[in-house]
Amino acid sequence: MPAAFSLNGAAAWMQRLGPLIGLLLLSLALSVLSPDFLTTGNLLTVLRQVSINALIAFGMTFVILAGGIDLSVGAILAFTGAIAAGLMAAGHGMALSVLAALGLGLLLGVLNGVLVSWGKVAPFIATLGSMTLLRGLTLSYTAGQPIAVGNGGFALIGNGYLAHLVPNPVIWMFIAFALGGFLLRGTVFGRHVFALGGNEEAARLSGVRINLVKLGVYGLSGLLSAFAGVVLTSRLYSAQATAGSGYELDAIAAVVLGGTSLAGGRGWLVGTLIGALLIGFLNNGLNLLGVSSFYQQVVKGAVILVAVLLDRRK
Amino acid sequence: MNAPLIRMRGIRKAFGPVKVLEGVDFELLAGEVHALMGENGAGKSTLMKILTGVYRADEGRIEVDGEEAAIGSTGDAERLGIAIIHQELNLIPPLSVAENLFLGRELKRFGLLRQRAMRARAREWLARVGLAALDPDTPVARLSVGQRQMVEIAKALGQNARALIMDEPTAALTERETATLFALIRELRAGGTGIVYVSHRMEEIFALCDRISVLRDGHFVGTRPVPGLDLDEVVRMMVGRSLDARFPARHATLGPVRLKVENLGDEHVRGISFELRAGEVLGVAGLMGAGRTELARLLFGLGKPREGTVALDGRPLALRSPQQAIAAGFGFVTEDRKEQGLVLDLSVRENMSLPRVPARAGVIDFPREKRQTRELIEALKIRTRDMELALRALSGGNQQKVVLAKWLALKPRVLLLDEPTRGVDIGGKAEIYHIINQLAEQGVAILMISSELPEVLAMSDRILVMHEGRATALLDAAGATQEAVMHAATGGR
Repeated sequence: MPAAFSLNGAAAWMQRLGPLIGLLLLSLALSVLSPDFLTTGNLLTVLRQVSINALIAFGMTFVILAGGIDLSVGAILAFTGAIAAGLMAAGHGMALSVLAALGLGLLLGVLNGVLVSWGKVAPFIATLGSMTLLRGLTLSYTAGQPIAVGNGGFALIGNGYLAHLVPNPVIWMFIAFALGGFLLRGTVFGRHVFALGGNEEAARLSGVRINLVKLGVYGLSGLLSAFAGVVLTSRLYSAQATAGSGYELDAIAAVVLGGTSLAGGRGWLVGTLIGALLIGFLNNGLNLLGVSSFYQQVVKGAVILVAVLLDRRK
Repeated sequence: MNAPLIRMRGIRKAFGPVKVLEGVDFELLAGEVHALMGENGAGKSTLMKILTGVYRADEGRIEVDGEEAAIGSTGDAERLGIAIIHQELNLIPPLSVAENLFLGRELKRFGLLRQRAMRARAREWLARVGLAALDPDTPVARLSVGQRQMVEIAKALGQNARALIMDEPTAALTERETATLFALIRELRAGGTGIVYVSHRMEEIFALCDRISVLRDGHFVGTRPVPGLDLDEVVRMMVGRSLDARFPARHATLGPVRLKVENLGDEHVRGISFELRAGEVLGVAGLMGAGRTELARLLFGLGKPREGTVALDGRPLALRSPQQAIAAGFGFVTEDRKEQGLVLDLSVRENMSLPRVPARAGVIDFPREKRQTRELIEALKIRTRDMELALRALSGGNQQKVVLAKWLALKPRVLLLDEPTRGVDIGGKAEIYHIINQLAEQGVAILMISSELPEVLAMSDRILVMHEGRATALLDAAGATQEAVMHAATGGR
């Protein structure tokens, strides 16, 4: 009987290295084209811009790996951000407001999970429904007006610096990345996420509680979206009803650019971080080069398509 | 002499690391029924898929009527008059019989479907396969497995095939349907159609076929005319050695009753009763759709029993989920390892530990997991370069051993095996038999579903035979014959 061949390992590594090579090539090109690109200040600015999308995309990675999709992340971000701002405007403290927002995000995510698992609703439809519903709730809660936040401590979440250099959102992003990576690779839950996305029936017959795993991934996605909502609200000193519009697509783009399969079961969190950075660098570079924002979208879309096409050929 | 209808020469094909065909020749004359035989995994299905354009050969040539034919797609094969009736049925259940018959070659006028014409034509074809009473508007989902098989045959007839390939056509048929099919095959032969008949059933082959070609482990062994051929020679050609050497000797001693099933039933199975002792292998035989898999699923907590009781070591069980079944000491090696048994993108290690990942407080204990994987790879002689290799890269036999290993790690009390050697080559089969015997010797109670009668007869202590959801016989394997099992499997008592 022939022994298993070695190509598998090499191919897997190519797949993993692809996004990283892309990121390095882009960085190289941008540092040649623009002298402002490769400066500490600019890089940290990009990281800060990237952090919100990365936080959401980390949660999205879990959902996609488990074979699902979460379109409600932007709406959860807006709703929980508005609730946090509203609570503070009503005189509640920062801790309570933040915890309430995070708890609410987790709960909304779990509800998505209930729809998908026990309700057996297709993830696309379930989260499309909750997205629309939450957008409506946010608009009615805020009456379409921004809710300003005057709490100084709260403002530090999105605007403070560590050691007067690294923006706080960047710190949050790396903490979430480290915890998420451990959860995905180091725990039974993470293993079950891969198994569920790879072959739901095999996972079920192996005794994996697939419904609970689904609750877990959507809950995590909701929680991280709410956290992103808190950071964004803090950063802008106000909550907007329309905040986070289209963020679900940026998050999905980051996940896919990072090499995670939309069919589930294959992917990694490092890739998602790289994917988010790719999108961030691309935006930043096109800005530095003075490309009009209309064409920026064209370039972004083209890059995503090319990346996914390259991924397909492997 | 005319050129043969089809001639395949030196066909080679590999899937990744696994060489499936290594230089196979095959020839089909017009107006003959030609049996293609070989063990599971010998390459019969692959060869036929190459002939019908599903796969492309890596090497070799195909001639039709003496002229080289390039068959690159199923459409090419269809144009050349080659049609196949699949073992796995290829009908679309929600569509009607007529819609299935005309799928992809609908009758149209100005882009609109000619419904009435198609229905009329469908009726003609159905009448030829003995289904004159069937309304072509019936959704396929409502047909029995046997009826679906006949619809598949009607579909091939509708293509006016000159070469017709039948892959285990009688696996799901009743005796009556089989008789209809044989009459039809003889009629087609008289009309000049060449028929490739893939089957394991010797008596059918001797009754029906003109010549036999045998494949073994991807090699072409030879072609023989059926008149004057004896069974032993065919078996020797197929297995390359005498039959008894295929199954290792069994030494398990029976312990106390471990599993007691009384009058168990749901919507698929009815009134099933048996006792299974520690160290015993209970074979479960029956035709496709007899309810064997459903019985195993019921025992594993998948589905709700309507009646009956199950007791493990004297304690009554009411399992409602695979988790509960696993906790109670059940393991379930599913019939279809790719769909239900394995996560092909995960590694050998990750697949093996899936039912119970070694962990402390939810955090994976990697050293323990690796140690456990190493031990299982060694114990089951799984040929993999590395435990981190994705399951996809392993051969069928090794994949199947990983499925077994998954459950061995849990030290099961009852192991349910559903077609444990399907799609495994002969060497791999012998090793899996050896593992099953070892488990029995360690006192595991084993329920083994299998469609291969020699396997059931040689590997079991007793044999439960099922037909249409009911148990029709419980035989002692030592005294049982293939004929006795088949008799009970087709409904005789």
